[in-house]
Amino acid sequence: MLHINLADQYRRGASLIHRLDPRIKIVGTLLFVTAATILPAGAWLAYGLLWIGALVTARATGLGAGFALKRSFVALPFALAAITLPFTVPGRPLAHLGGLTISAEGSLRFLSILLKSWLSVQVAILLAVTTQFHDLMWGMRELRLPRPLVNIISFMYRYLFVLADEALRLMRARAARSGEGTGRSGGSLLWRGRVAGGMVGNLALRAFERSERIYEAMAARGFQGEIKTLTPPALTDADRNALVGWVTYLALLALIGFLF
Amino acid sequence: MLHTTLAYLHIPDGFLSSAVAGVGWLLAAAAIGLALRRTRGQLGDKQMPLMGVLAAFIFAAQAINFPVAGGASGHLLGGALAAIMMGPWAAVLIMTSVIGVQALVFQDGGLLAFGFNLVNMGVLTAFAGHLVYSVVRRLIGEGRNSLLIAGAAGAWLSVMLGAAATAVELALSGASPLQVALPAMAGVHALIGIGEALITVGALGFIYATRRDLLHVGETAPAQAEARWVAVGLGLTLAVAAFSPLASGDPDGLNRVAADLGFDGRALGPLYEVFSGYGLPFMGDPNLSKMAAVGIGTLIVFSLAFLAARWQRRRASA
Repeated sequence: MLHINLADQYRRGASLIHRLDPRIKIVGTLLFVTAATILPAGAWLAYGLLWIGALVTARATGLGAGFALKRSFVALPFALAAITLPFTVPGRPLAHLGGLTISAEGSLRFLSILLKSWLSVQVAILLAVTTQFHDLMWGMRELRLPRPLVNIISFMYRYLFVLADEALRLMRARAARSGEGTGRSGGSLLWRGRVAGGMVGNLALRAFERSERIYEAMAARGFQGEIKTLTPPALTDADRNALVGWVTYLALLALIGFLF
Repeated sequence: MLHTTLAYLHIPDGFLSSAVAGVGWLLAAAAIGLALRRTRGQLGDKQMPLMGVLAAFIFAAQAINFPVAGGASGHLLGGALAAIMMGPWAAVLIMTSVIGVQALVFQDGGLLAFGFNLVNMGVLTAFAGHLVYSVVRRLIGEGRNSLLIAGAAGAWLSVMLGAAATAVELALSGASPLQVALPAMAGVHALIGIGEALITVGALGFIYATRRDLLHVGETAPAQAEARWVAVGLGLTLAVAAFSPLASGDPDGLNRVAADLGFDGRALGPLYEVFSGYGLPFMGDPNLSKMAAVGIGTLIVFSLAFLAARWQRRRASA
């Protein structure tokens, strides 16, 4: 299970990475993840180079090389989805476990998937913690994502914490009314499900009615369905150099991954 | 503490092969583009505030859980509920925002994997949930009980379809064999779907009791016929994709790995012959061509479904 605190992930800072143009960071992150994805299984040298890149970037954020590492295990539970590979991929047997055979090929593929996933998550974390949400959305808009979609997502994030607070209040009220013991608490499964459903319905109404009030307030202030934005500042030389360096590094390690 | 506790449907990066991830992005882009146009027509100026706040609602609602058994808890995915409340196209937009922010900010689901994460948890759940809901509702009539039964059926099936699709994508990527992934995913989500159904029914019951008028928004959302075709198209795609590994005679894909392990690391195309004595019946990389075939097939089926919908709509308006 993933347990993610519903809180802003941004960490204040003035590092090189913090100051990079959001567009460059978004594109750079996507390129890194793409490189990790296309690398063949078992390209250990290239994986190592990817990890070095992730560590160096983490260090450059000023948050410490281990920062992303600590949080990079969020995707690990999903490994369960691939855990059967060592047993099901035919190949050179490594060991026998009960009636099952662990193959070298299967283990190699399993480890490769795990590593790729773990590396990708680290860089995705760095993007999220060094870029304010507002800037991420701005970058997305400048990267030609559909404007209405970007607007909706920005709007969602603005009210996310308001509604999360409402959800928390509902849950606190439920906890206060139904003594929480160990194991099952409250009535039957059906009853518990209905209570949770009622809370969701309640939250839905609050959200719906809030959105009406918001719309009316916006309309009263002259909103006509469009959000006006400032023209983007041009990319600096530092931004361009960072991107060129990053692409070169990724291209080289991809080459290494495929050749050796 | 408030947690989001979705786990097994959010595919992280690394699990999908690049070709499969690319197809997912194409599908997602098509779905988002259409959803933006349809909801703009449906909601006008209200599109941004309403979709934004409802997306925040689904995000927060996913944190509301209830204990099921042995420390496990049920919670909402929300695609079906959003589709029943607001219509399938609006639900796609709502789920795009939810899943997008989960991937971008919380690393819940990958960035390259976002395409299929959206298709599985946003598009399939919305269209399947809505389709089943409206069909069941038409079969057993108006009224509170029919609403709840239809909602339960839609919610349960939406989760099952999302899970089945996830299994198929993992299998096509060579991350898990289909004969293992499909029963495992379907089995687990048959139970998770019950939680989804319970919460959806509870929420619909609450809304029915307090603001019955809201439920008409979803029922009268535009482009319903089109939505039905999209649901059918996606279902067909899923079936085709599920059977393609069986048809290829190579259910396991990724023979490349086996070759890699051979003697001296990774080798390019022609060098595969070296390993033929190793028991590999394949030269080259059949996985890649299979992926491409599946991708093209997916797009063809999707376009056909879309064209059928356009044709139907034009006939209806003529």
